Amino acid sequence: MLNKSTTKTPMPEQEPALRARNFEEVAFGYTQAQAKREAERCLRCKNKPCVSGCPVGVDIPAFVGALAEGDTAAAADVIRRANALPAVCGRVCPQETQCEQLCVRGRNGEPVAIGRLERYTADWAMEYGEDETPAAPNGVRAAVVGSGPAGLTCAGALARLGYAVTVFEAFHKPGGVLVYGIPEFRLPKAIVAREIAQLEARGVVIETNCVVGRTVTVDELLAEGYRAVFVGSGAGLPTFMGIPGENLNGVYSANEFLTRVNLMRAFEKGAQTPIQPVRRVAVVGGGNVAMDAARCALRLGAESVSIVYRRGEQEMPARAEEIHHAREEGIAFRLLVNPVSLIGDEQGWVREMVCVEMELSEPDESGRRRPVPKEGSRVTLPVDAVVMAIGSSPNPLIRQTTPDLAANRWGCLVADEATGRTAKRGVYAGGDAVTGAATVILAMGAGQAAARAIHEDITDGRL
Amino acid sequence: MYRIVEAQRYNPQVKRLTVEAPRVARRARPGQFVMVRVDERGERIPLTIADSDAASGRVTIIFQEVGCSTAMLGALEAGDAVADIVGPLGVPSHLEGLGRVCVVGGGLGCAIAYPQAKALFGMGAHVDIIAGFRSASLIFLEEEMRAVSHGLTVCTDDGSNGCKGLVTDILKAALEKTDYDAVIAIGPLVMMKFVCLTTKPYAVPTIVSMNPIMVDGTGMCGCCRVTVGGEVKFACVDGPDFDGHLVDFDEAMRRNTIYRAQEQRSLQDHICRGEERLHAQ
Repeated sequence: MLNKSTTKTPMPEQEPALRARNFEEVAFGYTQAQAKREAERCLRCKNKPCVSGCPVGVDIPAFVGALAEGDTAAAADVIRRANALPAVCGRVCPQETQCEQLCVRGRNGEPVAIGRLERYTADWAMEYGEDETPAAPNGVRAAVVGSGPAGLTCAGALARLGYAVTVFEAFHKPGGVLVYGIPEFRLPKAIVAREIAQLEARGVVIETNCVVGRTVTVDELLAEGYRAVFVGSGAGLPTFMGIPGENLNGVYSANEFLTRVNLMRAFEKGAQTPIQPVRRVAVVGGGNVAMDAARCALRLGAESVSIVYRRGEQEMPARAEEIHHAREEGIAFRLLVNPVSLIGDEQGWVREMVCVEMELSEPDESGRRRPVPKEGSRVTLPVDAVVMAIGSSPNPLIRQTTPDLAANRWGCLVADEATGRTAKRGVYAGGDAVTGAATVILAMGAGQAAARAIHEDITDGRL
Repeated sequence: MYRIVEAQRYNPQVKRLTVEAPRVARRARPGQFVMVRVDERGERIPLTIADSDAASGRVTIIFQEVGCSTAMLGALEAGDAVADIVGPLGVPSHLEGLGRVCVVGGGLGCAIAYPQAKALFGMGAHVDIIAGFRSASLIFLEEEMRAVSHGLTVCTDDGSNGCKGLVTDILKAALEKTDYDAVIAIGPLVMMKFVCLTTKPYAVPTIVSMNPIMVDGTGMCGCCRVTVGGEVKFACVDGPDFDGHLVDFDEAMRRNTIYRAQEQRSLQDHICRGEERLHAQ
């Protein structure tokens, strides 16, 4: 029976005042009854517009339909076929610009809450579903560099085809940005660990503490007998603004701040990685990473946290939900403001951020209106910590040590978008390493496409 | 887990561990470092590779116990293991083409200076070593350093080994006598700063090895940023070796104090916990 409600079934979540002081997950997820009610809002359109908005092509009406019929196991099967990390995607995908944006229900009211339903289904499958068993081996070894969303997806897809896949991870723990970047309260690390355990059950081997480009090179991997190498090493090199005072104590890249908190768990008693106690924090940037850093700072006990962004809210690249959650939790938004220098005290600790006001002119190449400084304007913010969340670019180690791999002027590896093929035979690349910092799901789409291309090239005898 | 096959204590603060890490040992070159994590809750500690042997797959580290993590590392013995070791990281030292070199080590820095001197000596260079310690009881690697140098001078701040003085005094005298292709200085920031000030008037290229605070060691966190010739560099991927005459040491010294308060507190807590354990036994 169709649920005619024009709004999404609400998902219960922690009260803002409470959650702003803990690292537990913000949203609790649907109950089965809530999921069924929400699934009943789906019109099961024949032409499935939502599917074309999904970078990995999940058959959305099929899984939502199964939920509406109360068959969560069938829904989980449908998702698993296309998505290696559904519990992750259900939490962090920008659904509002992808599947949900194309949902017909969205023309008159809110779209079907596809993301929440995916999360419900994946969480159910983790609890009650069975791990996939390894496929029959095809005797071909493949290497995957990086265990973030692109690498894990590629590894999972290849393993399902029977490849013996080894994933090489630089950190001591697999997951890439899912563990070092996205905070616990948005994506619990236990969930990531479970998704990875499911890939391992499928036969994927993960070798941590291996920095490809230092510990071993791409060419050595090929020489070791890996017929194909997929590079999904992400965009891990932080960008700084290049303004005076940026090396003062108390100024962090978002990578550093988030890695200390998320991967090294500096917020937990007993963890040995320190983080500076913060009181007045300014986070520069308007993306998901900025929101994550700001909300972490709040949870670490900061008195006041501001997002400092040079454009307006409309132009912010963060997911709508993250902006909404951040605001609910008490993060201040200093919009149309851009830092020009940081001022420190005698001991060299940052104490003040000097900014100019900005206004928006005509749209730039990204389609967003370009911010320009208002002449003579000046705004100062008292701060004792500053987090630079203005983007990141691919780490140079792989391109520096793989001579025949091309990179563009931003340091992104050059690879065919649809297949991940690079100019170097046997080497494929995808995700942020190719596109620069983007989303989890786009990286997953690239990992999946590369797995398909690797299989084609092996099958057709090109490798 | 990575098994410790040898442990040796040099002095109450300094210890040497040899660890089985074949992938690291296979590629390690002088000047590179590893990140070590003692256990599941541990932090990632950057430590320079003091020695490595590809054939046996072993890597040696020498470290000083300054905080909780290094104190925990210092409590390990042969047969124990560390949770993680990753590397080799950083750019290997450029030692090629150097014919006459003075290697200056200060305290723990001698542990890092030694492999550089050893490599240079092995390449046929003329190597003089100046090693400075606070006191005679803290001296380590003396025989090893002597074996890879043409002239070794070990001095102490308090003169307790019979040679009182700062490395910079001895270096200045050496610079007067010898025309070096390069000076390689490794030790506390303040020592490296003054070595650079000493060599500057002689226009001798001076290479320093920076050891700033870092989280990942692979270019990701940016915590290890160092200003070199007005440009921001990441010590982990652009270094750790830099042209000492271009390094902003004052900034580096300031940045090294970021976690000093936490470090001291954690070490204190660690000692307290150790005492509690002793009392409980």
